Amino acid sequence: MTFRSSVWRTVLYVVLIAYACITFIPFLWALSASFKTLEEIVQGGIRIIPQHFTLENYRTIFIREPYFLRWFLNSAFIAVTVTVSNLLFNSMAGYALARIRFPGSTLMFYSVLAMIMVPGQLTIIPQYLIIKYFGWLNSYQAVIVPMAAQATYIFMMRQFFVNFPRELEEAAYIDGLRRSGVFFRVVLPLAKPALAAQTIFIFMGAWNEFLKPLMVMSEKAMFTLSIGLNTFKSNYISFWNYIMAASIIMTVPALIIYIIFNRHFVKGVTFTGIK
Amino acid sequence: MAKPRDRLKLREALAGYGFMTPAVLILGCFMLIPIGYSIFLAFHKVDLLGEVSYRFIGTANFERMADDPRLWIALRNTAKYALVVVPTQTLLALLLASILNMNLRFRYFFRAAFYLPTVTSSAVLVLIFMWIYNANGLLNKALDALGLPTYNWLGDPAVALTGIMIMNIWSTAPLFMVVFLAALQDIPDTLYEAADLDGANWWHKFWKITVPMLRPVTFYVVVMGVIGTFQLFDQSYIFSAGSGGPNNSTLTMVLLIYQYAFSVLDMGYASAIAFLLAVTIMIATLIQRYVFKEERLG
Repeated sequence: MTFRSSVWRTVLYVVLIAYACITFIPFLWALSASFKTLEEIVQGGIRIIPQHFTLENYRTIFIREPYFLRWFLNSAFIAVTVTVSNLLFNSMAGYALARIRFPGSTLMFYSVLAMIMVPGQLTIIPQYLIIKYFGWLNSYQAVIVPMAAQATYIFMMRQFFVNFPRELEEAAYIDGLRRSGVFFRVVLPLAKPALAAQTIFIFMGAWNEFLKPLMVMSEKAMFTLSIGLNTFKSNYISFWNYIMAASIIMTVPALIIYIIFNRHFVKGVTFTGIK
Repeated sequence: MAKPRDRLKLREALAGYGFMTPAVLILGCFMLIPIGYSIFLAFHKVDLLGEVSYRFIGTANFERMADDPRLWIALRNTAKYALVVVPTQTLLALLLASILNMNLRFRYFFRAAFYLPTVTSSAVLVLIFMWIYNANGLLNKALDALGLPTYNWLGDPAVALTGIMIMNIWSTAPLFMVVFLAALQDIPDTLYEAADLDGANWWHKFWKITVPMLRPVTFYVVVMGVIGTFQLFDQSYIFSAGSGGPNNSTLTMVLLIYQYAFSVLDMGYASAIAFLLAVTIMIATLIQRYVFKEERLG
């Protein structure tokens, strides 16, 4: 390696490391505050390692704050249900559009394409009125059902199944399986990569969703973590130690999903990005 | 008696409808009907007290927008925001992607690390940044240590929007970095090899191959960035506790729609603004797709 290219390489690594610091510092600073005592926070030092390491903040939000655990469970329930129903419904619809011939399928396919283009802001107010009409305000289904199938991922699954080798299915037909049998026993288990990519995006989307629960949940007990955190902020305005502990708790599940499915992430971004 | 082939066709069609039913019901109820409903709402005065009632008022909701000072403030904030955030995040994303596309060690680690902000909830990110921005916070400490002026990031209308901009550049750039990275990897190596044979240097290759090959994806990133600007909501809402303050400095289009719909309870007017916003976004998307396709084929 020549001198010039090794200097060049060093510069690139410095840029990468500097940007990694920019990315990590806010998270580390939040993590550090969540283990500090209020006293230390009020003093306003800039030590990353807490002077008196404490778990008291986490204990307080889970035990003394009456709703925090409930919000966590609400978010978890909503995110898991939304993810499972999307995996199932989007795959079923995507498969039908790719493989099954039935009157109206072309119309349905173009409707799905059109819906991908419609920005969510257009539909929030009517969605609220429809949910209100159904009497669903302050219920789980108010958040879950409108998110339970998504046009973008129906399209993604359709593209996946179009390129799926037919031979596997044909073999299953010869074995006497019907459409539903073929789909659930043969096709779906082989669609794991596409399902994994979907899982990350849908779980993250549901776990982090802010506007939809904000709109339909007004009872404190029905809040999700994202809107709960927001009210938390007003109640504990200068108790940054509690606010940061709560923020860390909300970040961990998304982080775990991200680490597990990281491999499939890039493919998913480029797919949902460029259709 | 139907012929066996017809029976098979019928069974096939029934299977198709069966597979489509959940998606059709959900998307029909919460996407298709709302699209029509929102256009209906935009031309009505909606009364939410007791039974919801509608009164047709023609284009009055649209005419009202011209004299709505808060709408213009939201538009101005959006424009200011877009002019800073979109170019910055696009260049940053391109820079990071170009470095990560080189054959460096640990590049997968860096890619995964950089991506972290995009998987974190906006609620959490805003709280973390408010904690950093507070008067006695990390950012002011750092500015002070460098001998730079400090600001009241949360309370001063002159800098509150800047605070949100910094946060969003930080959290959105990695998403577009991944998009750029994928596009860079799609450029065939043979192009660079041919250029090498012609004795082109790094700079020439960058301008004559990389830049033109990335043009469609750059256009995509810019359009998506602008659309994202128009859709900004969570950050402003949490930052300002729903008010768009201090002094309307963080008011965005979607926050304005939300306020008209759920605080003022004027859903007709809110729908009219949402309708125009949606049309603008869809036109931008269509132009982007059109250009993208042209470039790909051409």
